[in-house]
Amino acid sequence: MRRLLTTGAIALAALALGAASAETPEQLPSHEWSFKGPFGTYDRAAAQRGYQVYATVCSACHSLEMLSYRNLEQLGLTENQVKGLIADIQVDDIGDDGSTIQRAARPSDKFKKPYPNELAAASANGGKAPPDLSVIIKAREGGPNYVYGILTGFVPFDKLTPEQIKDANVTKDDNYNKYFPGHRIAMPPPLSDDKVQYADGTKATLAQEASDVVNFLAWASEPHLEDRNRTGVRVILFLIVLAGFMYAVKRQVWADQH
Amino acid sequence: MASSSIPAGAHGDPTRRDFLLVASGALAAVGGIATAWPFINNLNPAADTLALSTVEVNVKPIAVGQAVTVKWRGKPVFIRHRTEKEIKEAEAVNVAELRDPETDDARVTDTAKKVRREWLILVGVCTHLGCVPLGTKQGDPRGEYDGWFCPCHGSQYDTSGRIRKGPAPKNLAVPEYLFTSDTLVKIG
Amino acid sequence: MASQHGAPPVFNNKVIAWIDHRLPIFSYLEKEYHTFPTPRNFNYFWNFGAIATLMLVLMIVTGIVLAMNYQPNAELAFASVERIMRDVPSGWLIRYMHMTGASFFFAAVYIHIFRGLYYGSYKAPRELLWMLGVVILLLMMATAFMGYVLPWGQMSFWGATVITNLFSAIPVVGDSIVTWLWGGFAVDNPTLNRFFALHYLLPFIIVGVVALHVVALHVHGSNNPLGIDPKGPQDTVPFHPYYTMKDGFGVVVFLIIYAGFVFFAPNSLGEPVNYVPANPLQTPNEIVPEWYLLPFYAILRSIPDKLGGVVCMFGSIGLLFVLPWLDTSRVRSCTFRPIYKWFVFALVVDVLVLGYCGAHSPDAVLDVGIKIPLLLVAQLGTAYYFFHFLILLPVLGKIERPLPMPPSIADAVLTKKAG
Repeated sequence: MRRLLTTGAIALAALALGAASAETPEQLPSHEWSFKGPFGTYDRAAAQRGYQVYATVCSACHSLEMLSYRNLEQLGLTENQVKGLIADIQVDDIGDDGSTIQRAARPSDKFKKPYPNELAAASANGGKAPPDLSVIIKAREGGPNYVYGILTGFVPFDKLTPEQIKDANVTKDDNYNKYFPGHRIAMPPPLSDDKVQYADGTKATLAQEASDVVNFLAWASEPHLEDRNRTGVRVILFLIVLAGFMYAVKRQVWADQH
Repeated sequence: MASSSIPAGAHGDPTRRDFLLVASGALAAVGGIATAWPFINNLNPAADTLALSTVEVNVKPIAVGQAVTVKWRGKPVFIRHRTEKEIKEAEAVNVAELRDPETDDARVTDTAKKVRREWLILVGVCTHLGCVPLGTKQGDPRGEYDGWFCPCHGSQYDTSGRIRKGPAPKNLAVPEYLFTSDTLVKIG
Repeated sequence: MASQHGAPPVFNNKVIAWIDHRLPIFSYLEKEYHTFPTPRNFNYFWNFGAIATLMLVLMIVTGIVLAMNYQPNAELAFASVERIMRDVPSGWLIRYMHMTGASFFFAAVYIHIFRGLYYGSYKAPRELLWMLGVVILLLMMATAFMGYVLPWGQMSFWGATVITNLFSAIPVVGDSIVTWLWGGFAVDNPTLNRFFALHYLLPFIIVGVVALHVVALHVHGSNNPLGIDPKGPQDTVPFHPYYTMKDGFGVVVFLIIYAGFVFFAPNSLGEPVNYVPANPLQTPNEIVPEWYLLPFYAILRSIPDKLGGVVCMFGSIGLLFVLPWLDTSRVRSCTFRPIYKWFVFALVVDVLVLGYCGAHSPDAVLDVGIKIPLLLVAQLGTAYYFFHFLILLPVLGKIERPLPMPPSIADAVLTKKAG
């Protein structure tokens, strides 16, 4: 048994030493996130601000179609507050005579899509549809750090070094991003200082906006995270206790054989 | 089930051995039930279904004497804006003679205990075998009691939705509803 | 109520006796799972059959519950999985249990297979038992492959495309077979729908083969770490309570690790790109299967010829069927095979290395001071794998001098106690 473990360990160590090289862009910024780790929770205030950023800036191009407006109640808002937030949103519906009408959004509606379908989204955005953000944090290697990096990693053309321009083959019409693979991203820098007027009065720097919207999107990707963490702690503690008992029973049963 | 065939080990005395077994068994059983619960709960209505468990209706466009049908929890709900005549007819009935005795007042009270006689809200499902009675749309037959008429087997309901004639055993059901303002009612 | 060896059980409870007289389930349980003589020297590797069975049951239960909300339609599948994760009560838990459960089911089965390889459990008279096990492994791989397609993410779609395209390598009928598999001209809704039907069906076939596997086991009883047959009651203990309780303990420890992944790292064994909805017009940078299929994927890609790659990949599992005849050693357990045991460890390392190769692009280069192309590593790994089974095993069995073996299990246990 011991021999097996040693052999396995040596093998794994050898693999770890020689990392297969692949195209890796710059090291992602490592930001502290409140939801990381086994005891992580969502910063609801940040997520509410992040919703504001999404609603003001991102929702013009990015859908959030797996969520419904009522989900916002999980961020600490009451049903009436949610109704207030969506008061100005008009959604399509079918009237009593069968024709398409517009009506005010209800909490039970899914988030309104900026484009009616994928093709419309692509043709309005230079041939590539802006991705839906419902699970974006889980859909990208590096998760929240990646998304934060993208939002804060734009470098204006005039600030680029000649090596960067040559390596990425970038012109002044492109958007250069430090963390996007290939560095040329179709999306122009979406955030800037004071782009959003926060309801809670927090100063809206670019970094703050980016951090808040990542908090919001992290919650959007994994709304049951806190439940999962809490249940996990209880389950594992229970199983450890049960394992202890089962081990004692096993020893008891085998006592006459050892 | 086999009686305990755990041999008495060199170390264990019966009380300690039993405690271990019972405690482990109990823990495992608790664990089993705790594991089964999410699976059973999984079949309960999902959040999106629950979100549609209430429907809000703006009754302002419904003129006196008019009625509309809305969909609630997959079923039709009739909302009738009753005329004075219809209200008087409903109140004049001798409740003791009804198959399913209920006063008209009881059938037009919302969950905040407020009575609005002009608004009659009913689940439009005949209590006989589940057809949708006629009487909501303009020109529909209403039966002898000026309420609703079920074409399937001839049940007839009055202006309070109570069964008067025909095979249906009970009055048309009144769902829980609440007038959140004079023109907005939340059903369910 | 416990019976003597060989005597039919007598039940005091009248209801049980009535049922048993008509359908002898209780006698069966009594004989096969209570008094059943089991070698007394099992180590914890022998837990993994029970653990694998538990995982099979868990996968079926979570799967059926998921099927109540999953929509097997290309337009609806991805969104239905997200609905399960968000709106369905405890849906997130059951989805993560099913997702992680697949990995842990394979982990348990791979450890179970390792036990078989190291201790010679595949040797006479257990050849058919072993072959049934290989059938179970193949069914599991098919089930897992189809299951991974169901969420209809980018990797679901493109993994399905790559693997179904392999069949076009078959001469003459290859392309027709692929069209037949797809139900169309590419992986699309018909493919998804049929994969769902088959993914639902196969696990119940696995249950049937597992039943045969266990019946076959009980004919001659279990192997043991010494590879020596039990000679009498001094070499065995009744299955209950000795192994029911030991398995119970092992199962709980396994569940702790499983719970750790389910609750705290549910996506760590998967690919982020599968959270991007399937797009037939855009291929992800790397197409990789789940970790438990990586070694076979590496073998596939190590052969430059397409048909050759397919043959080697299926061949690498196919040769397991004839393993009992490839191994010419008269000694079962590696405990007494001082040379071969190191080759078993080498095989484990080889499979891990192949897995690593499968996870990376074949163009990648391993940098350990000198640059080694990963493709070469995969080819060496594949070569060793086939060498191990087709050349090493038959030859070594004949020339290896085994260590002296104790006369019986009881003797070995007593010597160990005294020593």
